[in-house]
Amino acid sequence: MTGAGPGLALRAKVLLAVLAVALVAAPLYTSDYVLSILILCLYFAYAGQAWNIMTGFAGQLSLGHSLYVGIGAYVAAMFFVKFGVNPWLGALGAIAACAVIGAIIGVLAFRFGVGGVYFAILTIAFAEFTRIGFDHLEWLGGSGGLFIPVASRHTMDFLRLRGPPVMFFYIALALALVGLWISAALLKSRFGYYWQAIRENEEAAQALGINVFRYKLYAVMISAALTAVAGVFFAFYYNTLFPEQIFSMGRSIEIILGPIIGGLGTLAGPIVGAFVLTPLADLVTELMELLGIDTPGVKQVFYGVCLLVVVVFLPNGIWPAIAKRLGFPPPGGHS
Amino acid sequence: MPLDLIVKGVLTGLVYGLGALGLSVIYGVTRIVNFAHGEMMTAAMYVAVLLFVWAKVDPMLAILPVAVLAFVFGFALQRTVINPFVTRPEHTQFMLLVAVAMILVNVQLIVFGPDARNVMVDYQLESFEVGPLIIDKARAFAALAALAVAAALFAFFRYSLTGKAIRACADNQLGARVVGLDVDRLYALTFGLGAACVGAAGCLMLLLVDVTPMQGPAYTLLAFIVVIVGGMGSLPGALAAGVVIGVSEALAGFYFTPSAKSMFTFALLVLVLLFRPQGLFGRRV
Repeated sequence: MTGAGPGLALRAKVLLAVLAVALVAAPLYTSDYVLSILILCLYFAYAGQAWNIMTGFAGQLSLGHSLYVGIGAYVAAMFFVKFGVNPWLGALGAIAACAVIGAIIGVLAFRFGVGGVYFAILTIAFAEFTRIGFDHLEWLGGSGGLFIPVASRHTMDFLRLRGPPVMFFYIALALALVGLWISAALLKSRFGYYWQAIRENEEAAQALGINVFRYKLYAVMISAALTAVAGVFFAFYYNTLFPEQIFSMGRSIEIILGPIIGGLGTLAGPIVGAFVLTPLADLVTELMELLGIDTPGVKQVFYGVCLLVVVVFLPNGIWPAIAKRLGFPPPGGHS
Repeated sequence: MPLDLIVKGVLTGLVYGLGALGLSVIYGVTRIVNFAHGEMMTAAMYVAVLLFVWAKVDPMLAILPVAVLAFVFGFALQRTVINPFVTRPEHTQFMLLVAVAMILVNVQLIVFGPDARNVMVDYQLESFEVGPLIIDKARAFAALAALAVAAALFAFFRYSLTGKAIRACADNQLGARVVGLDVDRLYALTFGLGAACVGAAGCLMLLLVDVTPMQGPAYTLLAFIVVIVGGMGSLPGALAAGVVIGVSEALAGFYFTPSAKSMFTFALLVLVLLFRPQGLFGRRV
């Protein structure tokens, strides 16, 4: 958190400590089912933080982040399945690929002055274009999907990322923490201040001598590179990749719901959002099962209504509304 | 034969254009990006299906009642939910309309199920033969109707007092308020008109394709692309760009594979955004 330490009240510190212990020890006391939900929460917390850097910090609205998740997933899976390269090295390839793609999109868009809604549509267009491309790329399974061979769930092969859910839980936890650390470090650095200046008023930032083009490009590249890692995690956790799913606009929206509900542009927002939305979605599923309703769509309607309520009544997100009450310094966030 | 394909693309494109016109009108005036546009279109298509099944109403005749319904829906939506968001940041507006879109898609899924629905009218399999050309009757009628609705909309904006007032809001919201226009009501009216356009387009689309709830987001994207290619806020541009996209789809579907046709649409969008961001027919701002 920005200004963590001196700005934290005692109850905030206690709360953080309790949460940290509860999370680290989670596999000891939770069922497989709860663990799978926690993994999903952490995954969305991480992906949301990656997205938040570009949109929350630098103000460049991306609606196509599934592009980077998908490319990250496919590159690492390709290295693993086709060439036997271990996922850690594959992740480097995925990061590089996404940074380059982010740079291409950024250069094209910012060089030609594409911004705001137009930029957002451009990000969707690239994601959709890639989705259809992968649908027809038979070498990587095409629309039939790419599958990573599943080893026994009980042997732990950390190097090749084949192992039980507990292993993935700790990897996801590490990802979410690293994401938080990177976000906090960026926000306090020159990058963070330049990005916020650009977000609030691009022309004023330019007038102050900030190289707006370059810093917007950095935001896209860093965000894309971080999102690639989320893709690698996704690929090796789920073991199946379908272009139709991984590149879909729905996936992009899933990623950005958390940060927006949690508090766009804040450090804790993406994490809070992910930990509110993911269990909520599951709760609704459970509730539907209890009530014996299995009509497809009921859950999403409920989800949509929740979203509507939050957007209407808490326009800045949950975190800015509760931070002070919990003893945290007021988050800056997106105004 | 390519000429057949081009004609087919032009006719389909006019219907796309009418749907996109609704989006363009809403964005041009209220600066709200209607991310639920395609979902409103499929909703209109379902209403037209119901009218056909229950009362044997031809989708061409369903245009009027469906457009009126869509108008009421759009007007009410703007008045109750969207209006407070007019001055909020883009991403908040976006989330709001994503929520609306999610609710619309899934209510349709609950009510109508995931299976494709269509209507069968007498003239659906008939065609006109003009020289060497073979033109589907249904497609030709749909295109003509789309032109007629678009013309009515142009006339409204050009000649009616309310239309002029709406254009004044679009040009200068503050100025419009200063001279005493009820901007909130005009915005709601605009949203209603945009919805009516897409409602009418939905009825016509039903003559050309089946409807499933899951098509909603794809139609939203399509409408966006048409509007951007044509130039945001340019009404004739939206129609013309619809035609361009329709033709590119028809040709791509024929020369490559139908499932890859939207790839060309997206490529076109990227090219336009990069080299002519004001759109093919828009003016640079």
